[in-house]
Amino acid sequence: MTEQHITEQQEIEHLMQREYKYGFTTDIEQDIIPPGLNEDVIRLISAKKNEPEFLLEWRLKAYRHWLTMTPPTWAHVHYPPIDYQALSYYAAPKTADELAEIEASKPQSLDEVDPKLLETYEKLGIPLHERAVLAGVVQPSNVAVDAVFDSVSVTTTFKAKLAEAGVIFCSFSEAVHNHPDLIKKYLGTVVPAGDNYYAALNSAVFSDGSFVFVPKGVRCPMELSTYFRINAKNTGQFERTLIVAEEGAHVSYLEGCTAPQRDENQLHAAVVELVALDDATIKYSTVQNWYPGDEEGKGGIYNFVTKRGDARGARSKITWTQVEAGSAITWKYPSCILRGDDSVGEFYSVAVSNNYQQVDSGTKMIHLGKRTRSTIVSKSISAGHSQNAYRGLVHIAKSADDARNYTQCDALLIGDRNGAHTFPYIEAKNSTAQIEHEATTSKISDDQIFYLQSRGISEENATNMIVNGFCKEVFNELPMEFAVEAQALLAVSLEGSVG
Amino acid sequence: MKLLEIKNLHAKIGDKPILRGINLCINAGEVHAIMGPNGSGKSTLCQVLGGREGFEVTEGSVTYDGKNLLELSTEERATAGLLLGFQHPVEIPGVKNIYLLKEALNAQRAARGLDEIDTFAFMKQVRELTKTMGMDDAFLHRGVNAGFSGGEKKRNEILQMLLLQPKLALLDETDSGLDIDALKVVSEGINMLRGADRGIVLVTHYQRLLSYVEPDFVHILYKGKIIKSGDKSLALQLEAEGYQDILEAAS
Repeated sequence: MTEQHITEQQEIEHLMQREYKYGFTTDIEQDIIPPGLNEDVIRLISAKKNEPEFLLEWRLKAYRHWLTMTPPTWAHVHYPPIDYQALSYYAAPKTADELAEIEASKPQSLDEVDPKLLETYEKLGIPLHERAVLAGVVQPSNVAVDAVFDSVSVTTTFKAKLAEAGVIFCSFSEAVHNHPDLIKKYLGTVVPAGDNYYAALNSAVFSDGSFVFVPKGVRCPMELSTYFRINAKNTGQFERTLIVAEEGAHVSYLEGCTAPQRDENQLHAAVVELVALDDATIKYSTVQNWYPGDEEGKGGIYNFVTKRGDARGARSKITWTQVEAGSAITWKYPSCILRGDDSVGEFYSVAVSNNYQQVDSGTKMIHLGKRTRSTIVSKSISAGHSQNAYRGLVHIAKSADDARNYTQCDALLIGDRNGAHTFPYIEAKNSTAQIEHEATTSKISDDQIFYLQSRGISEENATNMIVNGFCKEVFNELPMEFAVEAQALLAVSLEGSVG
Repeated sequence: MKLLEIKNLHAKIGDKPILRGINLCINAGEVHAIMGPNGSGKSTLCQVLGGREGFEVTEGSVTYDGKNLLELSTEERATAGLLLGFQHPVEIPGVKNIYLLKEALNAQRAARGLDEIDTFAFMKQVRELTKTMGMDDAFLHRGVNAGFSGGEKKRNEILQMLLLQPKLALLDETDSGLDIDALKVVSEGINMLRGADRGIVLVTHYQRLLSYVEPDFVHILYKGKIIKSGDKSLALQLEAEGYQDILEAAS
């Protein structure tokens, strides 16, 4: 354990030296639908993706509902109104049309993949073996990647190994064609099309995303991971992910994001739905590193995301772990509906903000079933001029006898020009509920830094030691390959925030 | 060999002068005690030598091991072999003790161009030291000083000192808040560091510590100046007569 932390520290030191390294644009011709949103655009998206009628209808219904809605204003964030008619709602690499027409024409080997795309993955630091797999070169590994380049999945890996286990892991578009019944059965059952403003928008225009289906009794043989990127100018990114774990199934899904540097703000409104049936377990981990804007608060991604898991079955379990380091504005509340008796919901979060970043994030734990349990551990780190809010709801319904919740909200402040806020909402409709809420706010003190410096440790490393110590409980929940990346991200995000 | 030479050192915090012309020379192999009443500038001297921000050196020089100490950053002073033992070691919850120990040791090694220490060798060394300091191994996995008693914090300071093997240890009231058993353990720890190539400065209020760690020189600091120096008998005289007489005699 100790040894591991120490090598991670070295990793941090290495990463401290660099600026936001994903600020580049890949020059690939884009196939973009002209900016603007109306029913014709939605029909065009649906047609380009050759979707079945039920999906088009679903999109149009969502769109019509969206028109009646207004953006939420309750979050502790401020930004100018977004002109939704100025955005493009679909972009795909040049080869996308062919891909849509003939599934089999997907790049199967290195030679078939656009070399510039491979270069992009290299810059992104996607591990070598994953890159090789992306390029179609079969290599043994425990991580499968469904890489999303802008809106279309370029290639999907490890399908054979997963198929052997009966696991479906593919792009959402693929799933629409190959498994329409599953899509029809589960799409929108956790996050309804009209759930909220951004979810409705996503439902109307979503481009692609990932689909995972783990059948009854199957333990997914590997961690599943997806890299998302935003790469096209003025292109809204509307990913849609659906993960279903049948009775007794078990799956761990990793999602990591980086985005190229941009001057104008970009909108990212994703929807993630998780369904866990009886005795199923879904673990969903995120490391989010969208471009946060520059030191003056110019640019950066608006990350307005709806993530929700339905612990539908008895004894099912859903765990959200997130490390939120990027984005100019984060509006995100990965939630659990604890419907099944004895179901368990967990939320572990580190949200770091620097410069002029704004974060309003947290979770909702909706206890419906008997003896349902939830745990919330939220760690926020605010530096620079940033604002960082935890917003969480614990709802114990009348039906939820003997439900329990434990919430811990810790805020760490670096400097004195930023704000940490906590908005906990607790609604208990059942007197047998046990709810605990703990909250702390602390500051990295000059005394702590001086103490570590007087032991020969540099100021930046001292800060990282304290920050990583503060976040340890959450990092411990991350899959190994993410823990290192997460610590590195924090170091990069907080660069220059001390002193 | 001169390890530390302080010449006419003046320092202030804000507009308030605290050190008003300190002269002190410490050679390798020597143990010095600096005594003085509250507010005489003992802790300020330690902080200034440790490189704490907020103090302004207005006059004088400090030469450490041939280098201009005042030009070095705090971490550079540390890796050059200067160790500051704190009067009130700060609590750092979340950062494991063992992690700090290893980082600190590796910082020293890096400054000397050495590779990181082997984990097994490190653990062996640390376990021996916890035993020496009468500490439970469990404390290695607790947050740095987090929830430690006053005595545990001081033992921890000495343990760090023994691990890092500084050339010059500057121990600010290491004896305060210790019961007699802890005082013995801490004193033994300090004595272990004594050696021909090292210097130790004990800043203290009381003679008590000095009967366990016998100093070669005793200095009395008063109103930011060393007003009297002598051998260990000066500390005994102080203990017997109190500060008042000596201060009057000196002024």
